[in-house]
Amino acid sequence: MSQRVVITGIGIVCPLGNDVATMWGNILNCRSGMAATTIFDASTFPTKFCAEVKNFDITKYTKNPKLHEQGNRHSRFTIGATAEACKQAKIDIETEKPNDGIDRRRMGIYLGAGEGSVDNENFFNAIVQGWDDANNNMDWNKWAAVAFVKMTAYRELEQEPNMPAAHLAMFTGARGPVRSCLTACAASTQAVGEAFKILQSGRADCIIAGGAHSMIHPLGITGFNRLTALSTRNDSPQTASRPFTASRDGFVIGEGAAIVILETLESAKKRGVEILAEVIGYGSSNDAFRVTDMREDARGAVAAIESALKDARLINKDIDYVSTHGTSTSENDSIETLALKTVFKEEAKNTPVSSVKSMFGHLIGAAGAAELITCILAIRDNILPPTINYNDPDPNLDLDYVPNKPRKADVNIAMDDSFGFGGQNNVVIVKRYNP
Amino acid sequence: MTACFPVITGLGAITPLGLSYRDLWQGLCQGNCGISRITAFDPAGFTCQIAGQAPEFSIRDYVPKAMRKTTKLMSRDIELAVVAADDAFKDAGLITKAFDEQNITINPERTSIILGAGLISCDLIELAPAVAKSITDGKFDIKKWGAEGINLLTPLWLLKYLPNMLACHVGIIHDIQGPSNTITCAEAAGQIAIGEAAQIIQRGDADLALTGGGEAKVNPIVHLRQCLLKRATADYNDNPQGACRPFDAKASGSVFGEAAASVIMETPDSAKKRNAKIYAQVAGFGQSCSINSKYESIEPDGKGIQYAIESALEEAKIKPDQLDLIIPHGTGIPSDDIAEATAIRNALGNAADKIPVFPTKSMTSNTGAAAGALDVIAACCAIRDGIIPAAKNCENINKDCKLNIAKQPIKKKLNYVLCCSYTYGGQTAAVILKNFKF
Repeated sequence: MSQRVVITGIGIVCPLGNDVATMWGNILNCRSGMAATTIFDASTFPTKFCAEVKNFDITKYTKNPKLHEQGNRHSRFTIGATAEACKQAKIDIETEKPNDGIDRRRMGIYLGAGEGSVDNENFFNAIVQGWDDANNNMDWNKWAAVAFVKMTAYRELEQEPNMPAAHLAMFTGARGPVRSCLTACAASTQAVGEAFKILQSGRADCIIAGGAHSMIHPLGITGFNRLTALSTRNDSPQTASRPFTASRDGFVIGEGAAIVILETLESAKKRGVEILAEVIGYGSSNDAFRVTDMREDARGAVAAIESALKDARLINKDIDYVSTHGTSTSENDSIETLALKTVFKEEAKNTPVSSVKSMFGHLIGAAGAAELITCILAIRDNILPPTINYNDPDPNLDLDYVPNKPRKADVNIAMDDSFGFGGQNNVVIVKRYNP
Repeated sequence: MTACFPVITGLGAITPLGLSYRDLWQGLCQGNCGISRITAFDPAGFTCQIAGQAPEFSIRDYVPKAMRKTTKLMSRDIELAVVAADDAFKDAGLITKAFDEQNITINPERTSIILGAGLISCDLIELAPAVAKSITDGKFDIKKWGAEGINLLTPLWLLKYLPNMLACHVGIIHDIQGPSNTITCAEAAGQIAIGEAAQIIQRGDADLALTGGGEAKVNPIVHLRQCLLKRATADYNDNPQGACRPFDAKASGSVFGEAAASVIMETPDSAKKRNAKIYAQVAGFGQSCSINSKYESIEPDGKGIQYAIESALEEAKIKPDQLDLIIPHGTGIPSDDIAEATAIRNALGNAADKIPVFPTKSMTSNTGAAAGALDVIAACCAIRDGIIPAAKNCENINKDCKLNIAKQPIKKKLNYVLCCSYTYGGQTAAVILKNFKF
């Protein structure tokens, strides 16, 4: 007796815009969200550009900005994206007495949320003061003397990855299953998938699910630059994210929050809200291969896709569109193409697949949910979002990547793939809602 | 439906009380305390100078020879998780790739790994030489950092500090290919992970799971954070053993520590087939959250904890008076302890007068993402042995915490045990374990 699960609201704050309509307009116009980094001075880093959220003002979304202003960037983005999604789903926010037909003890939250940035200036300067060069060690007394004075309790607390969910509970009053996970770049697809399973099992009526992340800070860029995972095409940020091309040289980091309101069909019908799509499949697997690399034979990715298809009771030719992980790194795009060919077999070349990361950049923990939103819109509008900057195809990668411009097509069922550093693979399948 | 609820067949831990779950249980039964003055770094400049530190170990002893070079990529949090997983698989009598590649007794594709992890802080000593090369006029200079400093870091630096790396390393060592998730709900993460693993097995997406949590909180920046939040007690630096006092009138804050705790969970069918010893069945799981504008504290009436307990009771289809033991989160932070005690009372009613309550953190310290899983291990051992150990440092119960704290050890058959946990940020969880017989 498993419940059908539908999506009744979507909301986004991302480099392509701070609402769904703006984001989608930019996707259909093939715009790139990349530009020189402004959040901190990255002018001497190997990568000097990224995809930032611009002009985000939390006071537009909440009547209690004081409760959320101290939140890290991604916590604030979460409030923005949730406000939009809840408005669409007719869910009351910031009220003691909601009148939207959802019992708050039956309303959950499941976020794939990242950690916040360290308190950069104080973090680094405390190390400067504490470093004992002569002994090549830290003098913790000197460090603590600075840290205890300069660092603040809330700035530290807000770095914890469960804080976006804390802000969201405050904002919506959700008192059901509230979880937060962090499986690197697969986190928000996992969050949506697990939320779908919780609703199917009848343990909640509605879950606010999605992701939030910003790693555009000195240590984040340091980490990815050291891994040589980021594109260094500093002379042309807008063409730097070029998934599946021969000249791809890494991903472009982005930031944002993407929220979907998942609800049992029963709850959505009872409340009389518009249904945007139905969630019909979820698959999850672990590579168990290497800390640094995906398996060359794509076993983990294949297992997750196959398990999602099985969960949805579908076969390869049923899928009308795949929103790929498509990071624009050499490894991901090759192995993902192999995975799709392994699963889709003779249907592979007839199945359009694209990477909206060519426009969004890579929103890390928030990427999967942002891409899921584009899947829902692809179904709504019967249009395939493109892979832009696809000007020099990698001769070894030969799928239909929907190059360079959106395309009209019948889209009834779409698949969203996410693969995280460390080997977590997650896949969610959504379908046009048919009563 | 009860048949679908998974059973726990293996326990593993590394805690301030020792290098195995056996040491943990023995320590709890003997009233030992793993809290002492911090030795991992000089704590003299900190308001709280004590913590729960795990005994020394060599991570190489827990990683198969062929994979030993991966130990270079392990932060302390990851090491702890690897040790606990080793203990748990061995206790369950399972053979994984790590032990004998020729005679593996798990099905990797049907095995899941769901771990709770904390916000892993980078090692400042590792970062410092690079920072030291990035100074202009006595201040950190980001331009120098970007141009020169970062090159002093090892290329794979970032991978040591991603929370999902606990599950990643453990998954590689034991070849776990099913669903893998990392729950990052701070001090509630371990129990939420256990609840999610139970649900994954129940819905048929795995037959077996390694679940639990791990976190190393004895790190200067992690410790600083708890000191700044005033959650760490500053009053007991000269009396570490008496410092963490859950529900006690003289409590003035928690004491933080490091641990990992893992359990092996499987379908009753799978356990029966291999004739595994069964500690308990996960009979109910509930979750909610506290909503409080003071994000570091639980709301005073503990509603979020109460709701989680009520949901767990409902799922287990039992009444409050059927519970034989409660292992609460009990941190020693007075306002949170009062909120939790209020929640337990409101969820259980008068039954709360009689049910013994056994808090563990006075002995283990508050081990963050490991804490809730560590309590589930204690509950499993209590059920197995029919023993409730005596609580420590709870001589004079805070008058606002109307709980029946176990002051003396109790020997009796335990049918149902409730564990609950909560965290700053608000997420709450409750797990009900049942004494299981086929």
